[in-house]
Amino acid sequence: MMKKSKRSFLKVAGIAAIGLGAFPAIHFASSDSHGTAHTVKSPNEGALLAHRWGMVIDTNKITDEVVENIVEACHKAHNVPDFNHEVDEEKYPKTRPVNHKQEVKWIWEEGFHYAFPDKEDEFLAERFHDLPFLVTCNHCKNAPCVKACPTQATFKREDGIVLMDFHRCIGCRFCMAACPYGSRSFNFRDPRPFIDETVSTFPTRSKGVVEKCNLCAERLAKGEQPHCVEASEGAIVVGDLEDPESEVRVLLNEHYTIRRKQSLGTEPSVYYIM
Amino acid sequence: MLEIAIKGSKNYWLWIVFLLAVIGAGGIVYIDQFTNGLMITGMSRDVSWGFYIANFTFLVGVAAGGVMVVIPFYLHDYEKFHRITILGEFLAVAALVMCSLFIIVDLGQPTRMLNVMLYPSPKSILFYDMLVLQGYLILNIVIGWKILEAERNQVEPPFWTKPLIYLSIPFAIGIHTVTAYLYCGLPGRGFWLTAILAPRFLASAFAAGPAFLIILCYIIKKFTKFDPGWDAMQTLSKIVCYAIIANLFFFLCEVFVVMYSNIPGHAAHIQYLLFGYHGYNALVPWMWTSLTLMGTGAIFLLIPQLRNNKTLLPVTCAMIVFGAWIDKGLGMISGGFVPSPLHHVTEYAPTGPEIIITLGVYGTGFLVLTILYKLATQVKEEVHG
Repeated sequence: MMKKSKRSFLKVAGIAAIGLGAFPAIHFASSDSHGTAHTVKSPNEGALLAHRWGMVIDTNKITDEVVENIVEACHKAHNVPDFNHEVDEEKYPKTRPVNHKQEVKWIWEEGFHYAFPDKEDEFLAERFHDLPFLVTCNHCKNAPCVKACPTQATFKREDGIVLMDFHRCIGCRFCMAACPYGSRSFNFRDPRPFIDETVSTFPTRSKGVVEKCNLCAERLAKGEQPHCVEASEGAIVVGDLEDPESEVRVLLNEHYTIRRKQSLGTEPSVYYIM
Repeated sequence: MLEIAIKGSKNYWLWIVFLLAVIGAGGIVYIDQFTNGLMITGMSRDVSWGFYIANFTFLVGVAAGGVMVVIPFYLHDYEKFHRITILGEFLAVAALVMCSLFIIVDLGQPTRMLNVMLYPSPKSILFYDMLVLQGYLILNIVIGWKILEAERNQVEPPFWTKPLIYLSIPFAIGIHTVTAYLYCGLPGRGFWLTAILAPRFLASAFAAGPAFLIILCYIIKKFTKFDPGWDAMQTLSKIVCYAIIANLFFFLCEVFVVMYSNIPGHAAHIQYLLFGYHGYNALVPWMWTSLTLMGTGAIFLLIPQLRNNKTLLPVTCAMIVFGAWIDKGLGMISGGFVPSPLHHVTEYAPTGPEIIITLGVYGTGFLVLTILYKLATQVKEEVHG
């Protein structure tokens, strides 16, 4: 009897510890003082792991259709609100009109001159002019947003993914001023009326917090590829930048690639094959 | 001492009621913002800071400007500032109260604001800004109160106020330096990425703060029996003169560097502010108004006959305060966000609700200022009168 209750106590404690693991910052603090939280470090069986996650986008394979599929797959799976969505008046009565300048986006299309404003060439090859470029969070090695955040709500995981704790964010938007890529969005209003179908595998956000691409950390943990990779028809590959044998490194070795604003020293982890 | 604040003339109470009405209006609109989010503002994905942060930045300057009376009096024994030192310190208190409120109304999740202290982040400049601002606020409350109390009781202030006063000087420089560091340490914002930003902030602060103090001295002289002294105001106006010229000079340095080097990421912002960018020019008239006001103000203060003119001086000071407010309030923050890091142009203008909340915060600051100045002038009347 005694033994049994002890075991169930350990079970509960274990689950609680795993819960803590979801917040590396807290985990860091607790592991310092207790040392018992080590177990939470072991990842899921079958999880995709890397020393530093990176992404390679083959711009030759990106078409308008692919872009559309990618953006839709990502935004749908992460409950990103669409301000063009018609609001369900019964469920959300008296919803005020939207200001499209306050939109939320994780991954979207830009023209070359906007994606790479510092690579403005007067006589750029014509085909680049009309090419859609996908832009998203660069999961920078030296992320200015991580430095700027006054609460560590934005933090960098050991595997290089820049993540956010939506429940700790105070909505000061210092990270948005700090990001040189405009990758961050603020929830100027409750996003829920503008979600077509709420997906239960990812939390919705409340008003007043910042959000951005999380490189599908929740999918990598389950051994699945990010949504954008799956929808990209081979145009996007993610992998370990620090493993010379990885697919991303092979691609980087074989092609000429560029990164956004690399002169700023933020070391973006997203590469574009030209 | 606070009992002084509840005894006043009819005009005093009318003013208090007016301020309470402004605060009430701001409060009601804030409830809407609190419930529905910052959607009620003109801010956007591209211009993610607006009127609140701009006014915050301007008022940090007003607070730091108080040190321009503290230094001459306490470091150089400049006796003529004896009567107005307390006014500088109390102005700093009121300005800092407004600063704190502007930060709070700008937060998306104000109920979580203590997270800044629960999860201290030494790499974030915002963390240090909170420390110096709160430190300077506490210093000025303690110093101002203790010295006024001592004056009322006609005794020497406690010995420990001296080191606190000395400490408040680097704090004053610190609050505006750290506030400038919020902006100038960001790699992707060419407009702010300049080493002259902190000196420029300080120069405009040392102009706008004392200029506002001169205006307040006029008001005090008109509505109370306490006379801050013409000599003190004259010295203050010279300080304003030097500071506003330094501010204009620093701005000129900035404009030269970005325009002559012609690096697009840096030049685009100045281009937008002064001449318009790709047809967008909402701030152009404002910026030229600001430069004209500050420039004319500097000339008026340079020429002794004009500076000594008792009717012109408050007008000159108002010009400088308003010019600096446009420069820092409208230009400095919006200018950094337009064009965006992707070189899109999204313009910004505050909405009606945003302006009402802003006025509510100013109302609160003026209420604090009125009460503190009421105490100060009354005590000085009692003692000297």
